[in-house]
Amino acid sequence: MDIRRKAWTKSIWVFHVSNGSCNNCDIEILDCFTPRFDLERFGIQLIGSVRHADALLITGAMNKKSIPRMKKIYEQAAKPCVVVACGTCACSQHMFRDSYNVGEPLDKILPVDVYIPGCPPKPEAIIAGIVKLVDKVRKGK
Amino acid sequence: MSHKIIVPIGPYHPLQEEPEYFQLYVEGERVVDIDIIIGYNHRGIEKLSESKHFDQVPFLVERICGICSSSHPYAYVLAVENILGGEATIVPERALYIRTIIDELQRIHSHLLWLGLAGHFIGYNTIWMWAWKYREPVLDCFEMVTGNRNNYAMFKVGGVRRDIKDEDIPVLKKMLDELSPAVDLFRGAIMDDPVIKMRLKGVGVLTRQQVIDWCVVGPTARASGVNIDIRRDDPYGVIERLDWNVILEKEGDIFCKTVVRILELYESISIIRQSLNKIPKGAPIDAEVKDIPAGEGIGRVEAPRGECFHYIKSDGTNRPIRHKIRSPSFMNVASDKVSAVGGTISDATLTLAAVDPCYCCTERVAVIRKTDNHKVMNGWDLIKLSQEKTLRLKEVYYGRPE
Repeated sequence: MDIRRKAWTKSIWVFHVSNGSCNNCDIEILDCFTPRFDLERFGIQLIGSVRHADALLITGAMNKKSIPRMKKIYEQAAKPCVVVACGTCACSQHMFRDSYNVGEPLDKILPVDVYIPGCPPKPEAIIAGIVKLVDKVRKGK
Repeated sequence: MSHKIIVPIGPYHPLQEEPEYFQLYVEGERVVDIDIIIGYNHRGIEKLSESKHFDQVPFLVERICGICSSSHPYAYVLAVENILGGEATIVPERALYIRTIIDELQRIHSHLLWLGLAGHFIGYNTIWMWAWKYREPVLDCFEMVTGNRNNYAMFKVGGVRRDIKDEDIPVLKKMLDELSPAVDLFRGAIMDDPVIKMRLKGVGVLTRQQVIDWCVVGPTARASGVNIDIRRDDPYGVIERLDWNVILEKEGDIFCKTVVRILELYESISIIRQSLNKIPKGAPIDAEVKDIPAGEGIGRVEAPRGECFHYIKSDGTNRPIRHKIRSPSFMNVASDKVSAVGGTISDATLTLAAVDPCYCCTERVAVIRKTDNHKVMNGWDLIKLSQEKTLRLKEVYYGRPE
């Protein structure tokens, strides 16, 4: 395993993008960083700028106003940047698929690496998703 | 001479959980004006609701907002039951108690969540971690009773979907007993702390008159001395049979808003305790409503943020033909225009957060339609206009080319 990949899996910095979600996934993501689950002990940290991000945690069914902005955010991220679709809305648009204002699904717009389904996914599910992501990177995929 | 600077916050700002865009107009340190631009979250729920039948809509409306995910379905079922003749006439007794218990549990978890975020905004991260730590047992109880930590799917027209099992009631009571000392802890940590008092007193003030002028609702209005609470003014569930108080404060600054929310936690704990003691045993929980007649109905619920209003129009088929939703944040967010203006920019974020805003509830969309009289211009059109002007000036200077 080369040194860069090893360093990447040691401390993943996560940028959280809420894109027309109902707030539940966002709260469960924040919940992962509070005392009961405390993801920071593994070096995983929520950060304030997308330019420092190793992974984008995207929630919600994107609407027509947020899709161009989401593309811009992904362009600003330093590559390699992993995209995690968190929650059923981000994975498959959920019950908002037929809405007049909801555009294309996330995986048609960005290359999604990990899907975490659930409405909302429990913090345990989010952690399991991140663990699988780390495994995937370690194995060099 | 003053110089206005625009400070943009958003649309994707690490400070906020949700996408929304604030433009703060700043002169030096002072905020002189504010613009709120929303629409990043709009999912067209009112229109989607018209394509679902009456039994499916509660699942849709609880996904309007994850934090008040029992208030919206509750207001919706109240609106449908209003067509059928009122909640009290058709819903069984035990279901009324279960509805009240779920609604108040949700208020506890929402207020603890806000308390944590407010603590984070003023730099008291300990309060954030405490609040979210003591919120976990509440979510565990939700998971035990409803099967999910958020999005409870408990409400249906004519009753509730799941019963509270008899063996769950002692667990709920134990959780409440353990939560009370934690709320005491917050009361001590926030109300007796001199630094927090200095930081929050006199900041982001909404006077009583401003609250009335801007139609502010919920704890934000009660912190300014406006005595409104839907639970008392238009009672639903079993709330009027129980003994509880409406919490009022006078000054209307952020400190008062915090105090109102902390004291409301005690009231909610007391309401749930009384309901758990009085709940009738072994009664039915569902009236099994089959048909919804034609008509109109409204439902109002005191959500953790204020009055949540749903309007349903039915034409006798199995779908609503109009569903109108007004959530509390819609009014509360607009009051930032008076509370944040005049303060310093360091207080602005706290003032914006003090109304406990929820933008996914609030979302509206503005459609710009091109008609004969209007012209929509994008960036390229404007550049073209500018280039044409240069061309005209060239003609003036050099004369028209032969």
